[in-house]
Amino acid sequence: MHDIIILGAGPAGMTAGVYAARKQLDTLIITENIGGQTTWSSEIENYLGYTYITGPELVQKFEEHLRYFNLRLEYAKITSLSKTNGGFKIEAEDLRVFETRTVVIATGKSPRMLNVPGEHEFRGKGVTYCATCDAPLFAGMEVVVVGGGNSGLDSAVQLMKITPKVYLVESGPKLRADEVLQEKVSKGLNVEVLLNTKPSEILGDVMVTGVNVENTETGDKRTLKARGVFVEIGLVPNTGFLDGIVRLNKYGEVPVNCAAETGIPGLFAAGDVTDVPEKQIIIAAGDGAKAALGAYSYLVRLPSECP
Amino acid sequence: MADQHNVTVYSTSTCPYCHQAKSYLSQKGVEFTDKNVGTDVAAREEMVKKSGQLGVPVIDVDGQVIVGFNRPKLDELLQS
Repeated sequence: MHDIIILGAGPAGMTAGVYAARKQLDTLIITENIGGQTTWSSEIENYLGYTYITGPELVQKFEEHLRYFNLRLEYAKITSLSKTNGGFKIEAEDLRVFETRTVVIATGKSPRMLNVPGEHEFRGKGVTYCATCDAPLFAGMEVVVVGGGNSGLDSAVQLMKITPKVYLVESGPKLRADEVLQEKVSKGLNVEVLLNTKPSEILGDVMVTGVNVENTETGDKRTLKARGVFVEIGLVPNTGFLDGIVRLNKYGEVPVNCAAETGIPGLFAAGDVTDVPEKQIIIAAGDGAKAALGAYSYLVRLPSECP
Repeated sequence: MADQHNVTVYSTSTCPYCHQAKSYLSQKGVEFTDKNVGTDVAAREEMVKKSGQLGVPVIDVDGQVIVGFNRPKLDELLQS
């Protein structure tokens, strides 16, 4: 039985880990990766202490600091979290079970999927959710970017420099990205913007060969010939495993109060997975500290176990 | 530590997980060949052939292929 289990090792989870360990709590972090969304950030200029640092470098700093303390970290995918008499039980996909008195949910967010046929089959075979990672792989190939927000246009700007053709597909009537990005994209002679358009299927044999799209206003259907599909349509909170232990808000996030409490005694949450209005690395880190300190306060007020 | 392993990392210059994977290998003192599949088309084709997919990083340890920076799996292969 641990004192505290932290789910997730992004900035929220890692800060919670540092605080919990310094309170001498028996601390376990369970995560699928170290760094979370911070890893995907290419340039960070607003994390205090660093006028400029890349995401991977900042994550490396966080991890070095975390490893300095006495705590355990396990790689596992969590499938459920439930209440027990003594606290909480956490089950993992590999069938391991963990028990703890307190939990900090710091599982962050993941890219939203298109949920169209072919998306799953061709993931890694032309379908990607990280332009920063994969853009260079598609040099010289026709590509489709789905999403007219900042991420989508940022990807389009990167890709238009190295590919013969970029199709930018947006489901709404106009692009939603910042003006600066829209202007850059408009200068791309090889960029074709398709508004009011949604992908209906991703086609391919061994790898992606194209995308079927439909104009929701006119009903027109088209097949875009492409070997890469960049999906940039937002992020969803990683709360699927919670299965009712807390009531989520309409965005699927975990509501918390100013002390990172969920309303369930001993259960805390921190970072982008919560309903915090601004999703920033430094906010997540602060939340992680609050959650760990909250867990500590909760633990010391518990009656001590009888010998 | 274990005997020398034959390690190749297929990466692109912008991929953050590739960066993490290579840092990790360097920290562990593991020598590896770094192939940039963004610029080296032959390396890209080699990677696709070995891993059946077009995502980075791909790490080849003595012929065993790992897709993505899967730290536990990598540790396992480096220990044997």
